[in-house]
Amino acid sequence: MSATPATSTPTSGARHAAAERVVRVARREGIEDLALKVVAGERLSREDGARLYRADLHAVGELANYARERLHGDRAYFNVNQHVNYTNICNKLCRFCAFQRLPNQAGAYWMTPEQVEAKIRAQLASPVTEVHMVAGIHPKLDYQYYLDILKAAKRARPSIHVKAFTMVELDQIAKKAKKPLEEVLPELVAAGLGSCPGGGAEVFADRVHQESYHLKISGEGWLATARKVHQAGLKSNCTMLHGHIETIEERVDHLDRLRLLQDETRGFQTYIPLSFHPENTEMADIPGPSALDELRELAVGRLMLDNIPHIKAYWILMDVPVAQAALSYGADDVDGTVVEEKIYHEAGATTPQEVAREELVRWIRDAGRVPIERDTLYQVVWSDDPSEATLGAAAPLSG
Amino acid sequence: MDSSPIEDGASSAAHALGVLGAQPLVGGHPPQRASHASSGPRAAEVARIAAKVEDGLRITPAEGLLLHDHADLLLLARLADLVRIRLHPEGRVTYIVDRNLNPTNVCITDCGFCAFYRRPGEEGAYVLEREEIHRRMQELADLGGRQVLMQGGHHPRLKTGWWAELCADLRARFPLVNLHALSAPELDHLAKLDKRPVEEVLKDLVAAGLGSVPGAGAEMLVERVRKIIAPKKTTTDRWLAVHRAVHEAGLRSSATMMFGHVETHAERIEHFERLRALQDETGGFTAFACWTMQPEGVPQQELYPSKATPGTYLRVQALARIYLDNIANMQTSYVTQGLKSAQLTLRMGCNDFGGTMLEENVVSAAGCFNLAPIDKLEAQIRRAGFMPTRRNSWYGIVDERLGAPSGPACREEAATHRAARLGKALVGAGAEA
Repeated sequence: MSATPATSTPTSGARHAAAERVVRVARREGIEDLALKVVAGERLSREDGARLYRADLHAVGELANYARERLHGDRAYFNVNQHVNYTNICNKLCRFCAFQRLPNQAGAYWMTPEQVEAKIRAQLASPVTEVHMVAGIHPKLDYQYYLDILKAAKRARPSIHVKAFTMVELDQIAKKAKKPLEEVLPELVAAGLGSCPGGGAEVFADRVHQESYHLKISGEGWLATARKVHQAGLKSNCTMLHGHIETIEERVDHLDRLRLLQDETRGFQTYIPLSFHPENTEMADIPGPSALDELRELAVGRLMLDNIPHIKAYWILMDVPVAQAALSYGADDVDGTVVEEKIYHEAGATTPQEVAREELVRWIRDAGRVPIERDTLYQVVWSDDPSEATLGAAAPLSG
Repeated sequence: MDSSPIEDGASSAAHALGVLGAQPLVGGHPPQRASHASSGPRAAEVARIAAKVEDGLRITPAEGLLLHDHADLLLLARLADLVRIRLHPEGRVTYIVDRNLNPTNVCITDCGFCAFYRRPGEEGAYVLEREEIHRRMQELADLGGRQVLMQGGHHPRLKTGWWAELCADLRARFPLVNLHALSAPELDHLAKLDKRPVEEVLKDLVAAGLGSVPGAGAEMLVERVRKIIAPKKTTTDRWLAVHRAVHEAGLRSSATMMFGHVETHAERIEHFERLRALQDETGGFTAFACWTMQPEGVPQQELYPSKATPGTYLRVQALARIYLDNIANMQTSYVTQGLKSAQLTLRMGCNDFGGTMLEENVVSAAGCFNLAPIDKLEAQIRRAGFMPTRRNSWYGIVDERLGAPSGPACREEAATHRAARLGKALVGAGAEA
């Protein structure tokens, strides 16, 4: 159903009624105290967070939806983006990953800067505003390579925002550069880096690090790297890979540590819970989260991360039904058109690898939200509400 | 809010905390005008209707439409979940071990949304040999199957006698497998071929062992819509009349809706209303299922330019649970909507996963049965937090893990029609009761 724009902003009375409803629903499910905190804009404790994981899904959803609506009204964001996974060669051997290949293994690949450039050029006819560039840790790629692929991207499409390199890759790049990350980051920016994605955070707890991804930087290492990124003036996203061996308390710990860093730097734009996909991984015996678990993870994220503006329901890994429903359970963003997702498709994701911009708009409208096309930094690129269309850079929607 | 009086201390507590003055910890754009949002312009009306549902009251068509267009999915989900818990508090999600068996794909109805049928004499048209039907039935029976869903095209020469003979044959050979067969348009088609009332057709079929009737062919029970999408098929009034006759003949049936094509939102509500009214009268529907039109590969694809999104399916399914307060069971449609949607619907009103729809692919080359599809289906239910439970066609529980069967065990125990309960309408049915 199309969202019918109303002319007035919500009245304080309506807002009050929404608060009353949230508190009433929460009371029935034993989390009235949490609802009162949310309504008052108070921070939830770690103990509160653990209770959110155990309380009724719809009651938690009501709280998260209230918090989302206070920040974003009826808006839901998407972008027109493209993925470039420049290599799948990796020496980190993470047990939850189906994308990695050893250097001589069948299917292993890495792209030359020219190939990266060609991949981006191939999309010139489509109104892409962002390239999302992440990959494995290929031990033989030198520092210059990373600078070269950034330059290649900008050469192919000067207007594009390059969101590249997770904290794990940045750690590797600094090692290859043989100098501190603080000195490397300005050089990457000069080569074209615009911001950083949020991957590689997994679950920060040392136990999980030891058992499932011990060759990669630890939770503490990830956070320290993100701090440096933010201090260099770059924005980044953040993530949590949930639904494998971690406990509820370890999830809460993860969210709390993200929140504390955000208090310090204000550098995170968006939190994206990543669902573990078991297929073709060493942990294939673990079923992975259900659609209902995914909704809850988004809702808890919205409630605990009170200082991170956006919560993303990454449609390509959760699938469209969950992404649409998520817009009522705390999420305000569904990610983008993507164009060739590889990492989750190696782990059994059955979603299409790309989607038309018009489809994203329909999904959002059908979920009762007002679609806003954003750029990487959440500037409005397009909206059917003229007052929102501040940039107006994108092609008009067909139909 | 004026229509939802403060019931206790909660709102005043919220007030004391300075609700309206509370600021979020992060900045965003200023709140935007809302349509579905809880603080939208219709919020007070939506809240009033929500309160009715919470209190167990029936909603009107106008209220149904208002919820459809203005309630947030979260609210619909929560209300539908409430209704589901009231009707099914045990934390179970049922399913039936069954298979599809289409004795023929020959059809003269020419529905533009159907990719299954063939015209008589067309390439690929078939009528299954009896041996083939027996073979498939045996596979199902060996697997503990409880139901065969037999539907086919509207074949111009297969009359009631052919179907009755088939039913009697299968009942005798496979007594534990219920014959869930012949949708309303097919029954209507048989009546036309026979040139006699559908009541008489049903009498013969019931005597031969027909156990229940599927809800297919309802599509949208709105004449404007049927004229566009299925002009040659049974009309709305006729579809309902056939189901009334089915219920009066002592059989239960299910109800369906195929939406997301040319219908309006109000017409979706009209469909619900027609079903609810008949159910008030007969009580004969066991369950309701709905799905969105699947336009890929159908003959008149141009009629269906875009497919309804999953969000619309979730919204309509939740609303169905709220509106159809007199139909006990809601089936999720995992085959058409996918497992992700199906899991979500288990907290949005549905309590049943429908049939396992075992098909050829479950039988390995060696002739052994592969239970993986059933295991997978059960795993999906468990991961959504429910206990998977096997049922029969009448929603009686037949699951060894739960001990003795409970609920109706056969069509006679399930019949809602008074005369049928007394055994008067079931001519010749005594032998199998």
